[in-house]
Amino acid sequence: MSTFALDRVTAQFPEAVAERYFDRTGGAWAVIHAEHLPKVAAFLKSELDFKLFISIDGVDRLHLAENDPRFEVVYFLRSLTRGEHVRLKVRVNETQEIPSLTSLFKGANWWERFVWDFYGIRFSGHPDLRRVLLYEEFQGHPLRKDYALRDRQPLIPERPIKDIFRGPGTSGVS
Amino acid sequence: MADTHKPAVHPSPDVPNPDTDSYAQESELEAHLQAKPMYINMGPSHPATHGTVRLKLHLEGETISDADCEIGFLHRGFQKSCENVTWTQCLPYTDRLNYASPLMNNFGFLTAVEKLIGLEIPERAQYVRVIGSELHRIHDHLTCVAATSMELGGFAPFLFGMEARELINDRVAELTGARLTTSFGRVGGLNRDLPEGWIGKTLKSLDKIRELALECESLLSRNRIFVDRMKGTGVISADDALDWGWTGPCLRACGVDYDLRKARPYWVYDQLDFDVPIGEHGDNYDRYLMRIEEMKQSDRILRQALAKIPDGPIIVNDWRIALPPKPEVYGTIEGVISHFKLVMEGIQVPPGEVYDATESANGELGWYIVSDGGGRPYKVHVRAPGFPILSAMPAIVKGGLLADLIPTFDTINMIGGEVEQ
Repeated sequence: MSTFALDRVTAQFPEAVAERYFDRTGGAWAVIHAEHLPKVAAFLKSELDFKLFISIDGVDRLHLAENDPRFEVVYFLRSLTRGEHVRLKVRVNETQEIPSLTSLFKGANWWERFVWDFYGIRFSGHPDLRRVLLYEEFQGHPLRKDYALRDRQPLIPERPIKDIFRGPGTSGVS
Repeated sequence: MADTHKPAVHPSPDVPNPDTDSYAQESELEAHLQAKPMYINMGPSHPATHGTVRLKLHLEGETISDADCEIGFLHRGFQKSCENVTWTQCLPYTDRLNYASPLMNNFGFLTAVEKLIGLEIPERAQYVRVIGSELHRIHDHLTCVAATSMELGGFAPFLFGMEARELINDRVAELTGARLTTSFGRVGGLNRDLPEGWIGKTLKSLDKIRELALECESLLSRNRIFVDRMKGTGVISADDALDWGWTGPCLRACGVDYDLRKARPYWVYDQLDFDVPIGEHGDNYDRYLMRIEEMKQSDRILRQALAKIPDGPIIVNDWRIALPPKPEVYGTIEGVISHFKLVMEGIQVPPGEVYDATESANGELGWYIVSDGGGRPYKVHVRAPGFPILSAMPAIVKGGLLADLIPTFDTINMIGGEVEQ
C-alpha cells in the first residue's frame, strides 16, 4: 500500500496530523485535527491530484473501547493519476464543529448534510446545513448509538400492526 | 335551493369573458408565453422522477433559473438495520439498494466483509460473481436506456428493452430462486452452485439479448428527435464531475478513464479481456452511448467467463464462516454446533475497519465497515454511486430548459433505493 500522499501531508503539515496507522487490511489512515482539515484537503486536491471526492461518513464510537472523543468523521478521496486512496479521519465531540469542505469539493455538500442528519455533527461554513434524508420536524439523530432502534416518529398516525417480535419492526402498538 | 356550482348566466360567445379575455383578443401568433418567474414542483413521484424525488424548480419562462432537490423521505434506515442483525442477515437489505442490479450490491458488500476477515474465496465462486454482476449490469443499463427512450416518447425500444430484461430475470431466477431480491451470495462464496444446463441457456439468452439491444440502439442512436433532445443537454465537465464525486458510466462519459474493474481488479476481472468505453462531451447522449457500449463489453465478459468457468467448490470450507454441509449438520455434533453458532451468533468478524469498493452498474459502490469483533457489524457505510450523482442534478440543469430535465434525470439513472438508503 502506497503511503505517498500521507507522507507528503505529514511533511508539509506536521502539526495537522494527530496519528497515522494501517488497518488490518493494509489501508493507510491519518487522523487530522479538525481545524487543519481544509488546508490538508486543499493540499491533497491541488498539489497531489486527489480530485475524485468519494464520500464522508461518521462513526459513533459510544460502545467501542476507545471512545473519547465520541465521533469519528471519515473522509475518502481518490487520485486517478496515482491510483491511490486517501483515508482521513477527524475526531470530534458532540459540541465541536468541523470546518466544511464545500468550498473545496462540491460533492461534500450532501455528504456533510448526511452526517449532520444522522449523527448531529455540525460543519461550520456549510452553506445549507439541512437534513437530507429525514424531514425537518424529525427529532434527534438516528445513527447515534443511543438512539433507540424502535423509536418511531410518524408524521401521520400509523395503522396498528401487531409486533412480530423480531428485527426492527414496529414499536409493538396493538 | 339554488345549485351554487352552476354559473348564474350561461356563457355565450357574444358576452366577453373576463377570465380569458386578454388571450381571446390576441391572435395565436401574438400570444405570449407566461414570462413571470414561477415555482414548479416536479414530484414527489413524478412519472419521470424515479422514486419520491421532488424537484423544486424556479422557472423563468421555460428556463430553469434555480433548482433544489429533495430526495424524499423514504429513508429505510439501511445502516441502522444492518447494525442490528448478523453479517449474513444484512444481505436482504443490500438487495434493496438497487433493485435493477441486486447481485452487484450483494457481492460488493460480501467482498468488503471478506476483505475485513482476510478471506480468499474459491475461483469458481469468483467466476459466478463476475457472471452475476455482468448479467445485472446489462439489466441495469437496459432499464435505463429503455426508460429514457420511453420518457422521450419512444415506446418500441422500451418494449424491446423489457423483453431482454425478462430473459435476464428468468436466468437470474433459475440461478438464485428470486427475480429481484436475490440474496444469493454468502460470506466466503455463494449460496448454491449453477443449476444444470444453465450455462447453455444463458448463452442462448445472450444471443437474443444482444439482438434486442441492437434493435433498441438502431431505433435510438440515429433518431433525429432522440439525438436532438439528448445532444448538448445536461452537460457536465470532467473536473466538475470529479468534484461532485461522480463515478461509473456518467463519469466516463466526460472522458475520464476510471473503472474499478481495470483500476483495481477484483475477483477474476484481470483474467478477462474487455475494454472500457470512454465518452467525450459529458452530455446526455454520451451517457446513453456509454451504456450501449458497456452492454456490449459485458456481453464479451460473460461469454468469456461462461467458457472459462472452472469446476470446484463454491464456498470456503471453513465452518466458522460458511454453514457446514447438511450431512455434517445432521450427523455430527461439530456440524450442529457450527450451524447453530453461525445462525444464532453470526460470523465472528475480527475487530477492525475497511474501505472496499466494486464497480456497480452506476459507478463505485463503496463500503466502509467497522467491526467490533462481534457477530454484527458495528457500522456499515454504503457509498452508493447514485447519491453524489443526484446531488449534482440541480447544478447541471440550472440554466437549461425544463424539457431537458427529463433526459438528464433519465441518463444519470437515479435509483431511489440506494440514494434513500
